[in-house]
Amino acid sequence: MATNFTPFISLFGGALIGLAAVLIMLTLGRVMGATGILTGAIVPGSFQERAWRIAALIGMLSAPGLLYLMTGTWPEISIVVSTPMIIISGLIVGAGVTLGSGCTSGHGVCGLARLSRRSIVAVVLFMLSALSTVFIMRHILGEAS
Amino acid sequence: MRLAVAYLVGLIFGVGISLSGMSNPAKVLNFFDVAGSWDPSLGFVMGGAVLISFFGYRSVLSRSQPLFEPSFSLPTRTNVDMRLASGALIFGIGWGLAGFCPGGALPAVGTGNKSVLLFVLTMTAGIIITRQLDSHFSSKSHTPLGSIKR
Repeated sequence: MATNFTPFISLFGGALIGLAAVLIMLTLGRVMGATGILTGAIVPGSFQERAWRIAALIGMLSAPGLLYLMTGTWPEISIVVSTPMIIISGLIVGAGVTLGSGCTSGHGVCGLARLSRRSIVAVVLFMLSALSTVFIMRHILGEAS
Repeated sequence: MRLAVAYLVGLIFGVGISLSGMSNPAKVLNFFDVAGSWDPSLGFVMGGAVLISFFGYRSVLSRSQPLFEPSFSLPTRTNVDMRLASGALIFGIGWGLAGFCPGGALPAVGTGNKSVLLFVLTMTAGIIITRQLDSHFSSKSHTPLGSIKR
């Protein structure tokens, strides 16, 4: 399924993601990683540590509704794989981000911005891995796209 | 105040994710499909995010402390090990299979889309199972779990 190239809105959205990362560092002194925020919210820990992460999660969840109120349209979500594949993918992503200590936001934004060696390695590896996976699924195994 | 700030930051992050297209699996998969229906948009998302945070961090981290905390809590580990490498490779496989990453999927739960919810639930299960296995095995051997601070 083809999607439109949207350089300007994507750059703007990216800038907002960067702004969120800078704001959380300025106020709470933390990196803005989706994996860390979710994990820190669900595993046992001090109330203080869990509370801000839960507040951040609620903020994330309210974003599509806010956009709907402002623009009248929901963010587009086109699922292009089967339900079993979503389940498998969820389990694999959960395992990978836990072992790798982060995902696209933690390593890919905050880590790169800090020029962290671990994050640079992680980003190169997960990008190459995702590229190879999509190539294999679409062009070798010939999954419908 | 801390909670209000955290909520606002989550909201800004979620609006950025939603506008940018990161929560649309079709767009994410097309970013990686350079040999097919390639859509380079997500390169602009990463570019915008890293640019702002790179310069923003320079300015913020030159302060002696954050506004509402006594000190900055930055990841301290610097060693590149097998655990980091294998975790990143595994994450990439999962990301390439369905087109969801944690940061893209979490805000998208707010749309009420059932597939997104299913992804987030199974991803959460994956996180919990991996942590359990990890604490089980690492009680006998080496390093405890990653740099997620507890």
